[in-house]
Amino acid sequence: MPDLVPALPEIFLAVMSMALLMAGVFQKEENAGRSVSYLAIATLVVTIAIVGVVADGRASTFGGAFVTDGFAVYVKGLILIATAAAVLMSREYLEQHGIFRFEFPVLMVLAALGMLMMVSANDLISLYLGIELQSLSLYVIASFQRDTTRSAEAGLKYFVLGALSSGLLLYGISLVYGFSGSTNFDALAQLFQAGESPVGVTVGLVFIIAGLAFKVSAVPFHMWTPDVYEGAPTPVTAFFAVAPKIAAMALFVRVMVGAFGDLGDQWQQVIIFISIASMVLGAFAAINQTNIKRLMAYSSIGHMGYALIGLAVAGGAGNAEARADGVSGILIYLAIYMFMNVGAFACILQMRRNGRMVEGIGDLAGLSKSNPAMAMVLAIFMFSMAGIPPLAGFFGKLYIFLAAIEAELFALAIIGVLASVVGAVYYIRIVKVMYFDAPEEGFDGPVSMEMKAVLVVTGVVTLFFFVWPLPILDGAGLATAALLPG
Amino acid sequence: MTGFPWLSVVTFAPLVGVAFILLIRGEPDVVARNAKGVALWTSLITFVVSLGLWINFDPTASGFQFEEKVLWMPAFDIAYHLGVDGISLFFVILSTLLTVLCVGASWESVKDRVKEYMIAFLILETLMIGMFSSLDLILFYVFFEGVLIPMFVIIGVWGGPRRNYAAFKFFLYTLTGSVLMLLAILTMAFQAGTTDITKLLTHDFPISLQPWLWLAFFASFAVKVPMWPVHTWLPDAHVEAPTAGSVILAGVLLKFGGYGFLRFSLPMFPVASADFAPFIYGLSVVAIIYTSLVALAQEDMKKLIAYSSVAHMGFVTLGTFTATIQGIEGAVIQMLSHGVVSAALFLVVGVVYDRMHSRDIATYGGLVHRMPVYALVFMIFMLASVGLPGTSGFVGEFLVLVGAFKANSWVAALAATGVILGAAYMLYLYRRVIFGKLTKEDLKSITDLSPREMAVFAPLVLIVIFMGVYPIPFLDAMHVSVENLIERYETAVAAAEQIRLAAR
Repeated sequence: MPDLVPALPEIFLAVMSMALLMAGVFQKEENAGRSVSYLAIATLVVTIAIVGVVADGRASTFGGAFVTDGFAVYVKGLILIATAAAVLMSREYLEQHGIFRFEFPVLMVLAALGMLMMVSANDLISLYLGIELQSLSLYVIASFQRDTTRSAEAGLKYFVLGALSSGLLLYGISLVYGFSGSTNFDALAQLFQAGESPVGVTVGLVFIIAGLAFKVSAVPFHMWTPDVYEGAPTPVTAFFAVAPKIAAMALFVRVMVGAFGDLGDQWQQVIIFISIASMVLGAFAAINQTNIKRLMAYSSIGHMGYALIGLAVAGGAGNAEARADGVSGILIYLAIYMFMNVGAFACILQMRRNGRMVEGIGDLAGLSKSNPAMAMVLAIFMFSMAGIPPLAGFFGKLYIFLAAIEAELFALAIIGVLASVVGAVYYIRIVKVMYFDAPEEGFDGPVSMEMKAVLVVTGVVTLFFFVWPLPILDGAGLATAALLPG
Repeated sequence: MTGFPWLSVVTFAPLVGVAFILLIRGEPDVVARNAKGVALWTSLITFVVSLGLWINFDPTASGFQFEEKVLWMPAFDIAYHLGVDGISLFFVILSTLLTVLCVGASWESVKDRVKEYMIAFLILETLMIGMFSSLDLILFYVFFEGVLIPMFVIIGVWGGPRRNYAAFKFFLYTLTGSVLMLLAILTMAFQAGTTDITKLLTHDFPISLQPWLWLAFFASFAVKVPMWPVHTWLPDAHVEAPTAGSVILAGVLLKFGGYGFLRFSLPMFPVASADFAPFIYGLSVVAIIYTSLVALAQEDMKKLIAYSSVAHMGFVTLGTFTATIQGIEGAVIQMLSHGVVSAALFLVVGVVYDRMHSRDIATYGGLVHRMPVYALVFMIFMLASVGLPGTSGFVGEFLVLVGAFKANSWVAALAATGVILGAAYMLYLYRRVIFGKLTKEDLKSITDLSPREMAVFAPLVLIVIFMGVYPIPFLDAMHVSVENLIERYETAVAAAEQIRLAAR
């Protein structure tokens, strides 16, 4: 019997998702959605507490396939907060579109379970299990609005391309296993300690990177992102943009640094390439978008490019301090990214006119007159994403570039900052539309209490991060220390 | 690090005003009136407190005064570290003074979204003061870059017809320069192991690294100053910005660049500064002559003054990189003088713009018949801009030219032609607007300055004349700081010379 304590949060979440399913089935249909969704939020919050309580150094179980450490605790916290926020934000939208079925929150909980598994994976097999559990749940909720073609198309597209990437990933895993004889991260790290590996492992590594790059939607594996973001129901997009990205990025870090950390010479260049490609494409492709969800898709591609700078730094052999700063840079970036994106999507979810959602950037025109508070909050998120101090987004980029400079990846840093200037164009364009353009009619009011709460919390964190940055900085520091001991 | 945190008070007092303005509720006109009142009082109090800094400033002490330090982010001991020396002190006061005048000048001309307008200006004030008084590189960058947000909004919301274009151009030009500086800052943090400016001022950066760092800082400051050829955002931004926005832009934001050269480029990368000095001389002389000629051809008053700003800031960069005591003190005085004079000139344009809603020179003519007081005020600032002895402009330009002459007589001679050209375009402007017959129908009912407008101009007139006649208090306060800077610069350059000779 394996030690179950390290996996307690996952076990709790799995049991609760079944319980929620039961709770949904045995209720009247019209109440089920709402009550299950509140129960789901409560479950997620309790899980955060369990994650915190169980956290006690590094512990592995299930024959070393599952590990929990400071790194996992930090990322799990982010994932659970993001998922809870997404469930909270989806209620209003789903009710208005008459699709508030109780399966929705249950699927979100299952997706969260998959993500927690990903973060704790310490074996290529458990990694794959986590990814598939997450992905299958996401495929379903992408097409949750099944009577609209766009949503169905988004789900299908996501499924087909997701299956392809899973195939790539599995192929890479099989190559690595075939040439090294193990799938366990610790064992792999031991094998490659000298920094040398058979060619087959290198090929397998490239396939694994391709599969994971697909999950974080890094260029050139990004094509699905804009279509899926646009087609999926908006609260689902809000979810996609945050929690799965964080989980996939954390998994990426754990695989690359944990298992193949000493093979940095072989994968660092690949990461540098996809990082540059993502930043540049995310910046340029977004400029001409007119649909705000597509814009956010390109924006998230760009943000993942910045986070990947941290991973590229972590691949640099030799400089241990720089590697640690690279990893903690990613973690800080992800935390700030979560607050900004949840907040921005909370605003996008308010874009409703005469009972219908509108998604054009032009529809925001004159928002500063019709709803000054919301315009102000959205402007804060946009400036923050553009990386203008003193907002939180600046500090995310600061720590990433700090690591890049420390590792002497100057070309990467220079391309990165210049791409951020190009990226600023479309972020401040949204501010321009809201503040400088002649007003359109306002959006449907009033803003519900839960949305207000989400907006206030994310807005305050983004705006006042600089006052007290230590909680996130210290958390990221501890998490990094767990992943890179010494 | 003892005593009351006066600098923090000055820096963040405007934010207290912002908090009050945010709390105002009620009818739109009541909100507007109260917002204006709060903004005026806040900026006045801030100004008075900042004057207190000057009174308590010890001009004989070297180093920074009113220092405060609290650890902010533990990596590279990034700290919340404030302090002023003889150079930055006056820029702090300039910022607080101009904010008061901006609020006063916008009293009637801004009718739309008054509350937001006042909030933007007060936030801008905090950022400006913080920029000049921060003694930590990261903190400096936060303030330096944060200024973009309120300024972007001010140009974009309350600006003229082409405000979108101008706001974007301003934002992107400045951002591009600044991000490169950010990378240089991070590199310095690793080189020196700290971001504390007081420590960096005595840190010797490797000679091979200095040119790169210098160029990165140059990219940012040259755009801010602005130096030719990256000055093109300035005329657009000035023309489209509301009057008070132009005032802050010309009065304070342009000084960010000059201040940056003085605070960072010269003392931290002395060898690179010495190597690049001819390059700067070249650009400055081109800026002085070329933009003066461009100014001569302008039909738009604001554009003319904007181009004259580029020319005047050319003197600043020239004086700074001569690295002589006259050159640097002249550059600082020139910046302060330009801060007051160009701000005043934009206000002068604002006065007639509020009445006629036109900036075209051709719209006006013969104003002296209807507006004698206005003509007098305009004349004082016009002459100060030209650099007439007895006005602040003279002191600055003269000292810079003396410094330049010590460094290179050709440069000084060419720069001096700029003074002549300056007289040409300003007098030409003045003649066309003020003198001549009052023939245009719609000008016949134009009114002279109101008491409110006089109150805005009065302190500026006093400062311009005081600085021109008796600049000693300013020079005394900055003297020790400038001497320190030059001493440090010269020893570093001499040491580098030794190394180069030895390598030969």
